[in-house]
Amino acid sequence: MLRDITIGQHFPGNSVVHRLDPRLKLLLTMAYIIILFVASNPLGLVINILVLGVLYGLSKIPLKLILKSLKPIMPIVFFTALLNLFFITGTSEPLVQLGFLKIYPEGVRYAVLMAVRVVALIAGTSLLTYTTSPISLTDAIEQLLRPLAKLHFPVHELAMMMTIALRFIPTLIEETDKIMNAQKARGAMLDSGTLKERMHALVPILIPLFISAFRRADELAMAMECRCYHGGEGRTRLKQLRYGRLDLAAALVSALYFVLVLATRLVAKGF
Amino acid sequence: MENERNDTAMIQADQVRFRYDPHKKKYAVDGASLQIRKGEFVAVLGANGCGKSTLAKHFNAILLPESGTVTVEGIPTTQEDKVYDIRQKVGMVFQNPDNQIVATVVEEDVAFALENLGVPPAEIRSRVDEAMEMTGIYKHRLKGPHKLSGGQKQRVAIAGVIAMRPDCLVLDESTAMLDPRGRETVMNTIRRLNREYGITVVAITHYMEEAAQADRVVVMSGGKIVMEGTPKEVFSQTEKVRALRLDVPQAAELRDELVKAGVPMPEGIIDEEECAQALYELLK
Repeated sequence: MLRDITIGQHFPGNSVVHRLDPRLKLLLTMAYIIILFVASNPLGLVINILVLGVLYGLSKIPLKLILKSLKPIMPIVFFTALLNLFFITGTSEPLVQLGFLKIYPEGVRYAVLMAVRVVALIAGTSLLTYTTSPISLTDAIEQLLRPLAKLHFPVHELAMMMTIALRFIPTLIEETDKIMNAQKARGAMLDSGTLKERMHALVPILIPLFISAFRRADELAMAMECRCYHGGEGRTRLKQLRYGRLDLAAALVSALYFVLVLATRLVAKGF
Repeated sequence: MENERNDTAMIQADQVRFRYDPHKKKYAVDGASLQIRKGEFVAVLGANGCGKSTLAKHFNAILLPESGTVTVEGIPTTQEDKVYDIRQKVGMVFQNPDNQIVATVVEEDVAFALENLGVPPAEIRSRVDEAMEMTGIYKHRLKGPHKLSGGQKQRVAIAGVIAMRPDCLVLDESTAMLDPRGRETVMNTIRRLNREYGITVVAITHYMEEAAQADRVVVMSGGKIVMEGTPKEVFSQTEKVRALRLDVPQAAELRDELVKAGVPMPEGIIDEEECAQALYELLK
């Protein structure tokens, strides 16, 4: 049952979006998040959403997958919209008045904008993880943070930790499954009882899991030493990240799009 | 791959003593001397806690002897500036394949050692492909390690070591966690590496059938080396091997029982083929 969990939700493919350099994708996603909040008018947001739609179309990610990734955040979207609806006060007459709660036209506008923004935010960042494998994402983070290494920030160590963590997620999930079954076979009640009882029942699962994780870490460290691991110094990589023509084109198109969205602030100022 | 076989020592251990806790009297390895020649296939046997794994960890400077010396192709393991040369020469594969694989993609893991050694990317690519071909996992190169069977994972671990182009491979019970089929594929791979590429193999094992295929068998007990010789020489001494809490191959056991029952079986039978042949001769 635990085996179905996947972290990072990578959706393999060979589209233009998939083939972009992960570093560029990461940077563009960050720029996208900023621009999403800079676009204070509906026109800018509409452009944002259109672009996102085109990108999803290009990467051939099924609509079902997008909806699935949006489902868990719906309560948050709903809650932010509700807060905006009631707490934004405007200069004009309130539309509705329910006791002390007043809804202004500005409130409605903000609520809708905020909801669209949050949805676009999640959909946009999901696109990054859908189209980029965890390992190239880790590589991208390592490369982008490299300048910080001069300030003695442990960039390589951080990237190595992320790689090992990703590597051991399936192993540890499998192990948890095994331990749960072993404890069930000894009569552990994991699925019934009050919340407190169930929490208590987790202890005999977590302790063996932790002990085994430490043992694994110990053995892995030795195996890494046997393969001449000695930190990030003088290390080369099998796969070199290189910016190509496609990346240049993508960067130019994105720049154009960011300018366009910023321009809408001037054009549709009052709207 | 260097194919020259000469009689110089790959690994030379002299009077090695080691204990994990300097406050305790008991030594895990207590004065073991052993020479591994180039190109040889040596099986190391011994009951649990006899010090065989501890001794093996001295062969690539993971552990350093408290007294005595270990040299790898003439370089003492205590020479600190040569430690990565030694680890590149003597590759080590452990019992649990899951705990040796670092990366999330097979080929990335095979490349790990070469990345550490600072090999240029183009050369990494060719050596990784070569190592994956040699161990027969090339077709799985883009898979995640968790999608592979135990035998395949262990061959990934072996490929990761082979990519360094070591002269010697130390296997610390590398087949112990595998099912019979996985064990067979891994043993076939190791034998091929030994015969075709001339890589020296030191295999610590609990399986007598595996040991019977080695050029030489070394038996350890109480941190010392107590028996040494060809599989035939060692396994013919059934009583002595049993006294060390070890099994003998089934064929040797059968031969022994038959001799006790008065059947005149010839000496030095350790595998099924020979045993069947001897019985056939007797019944003719």
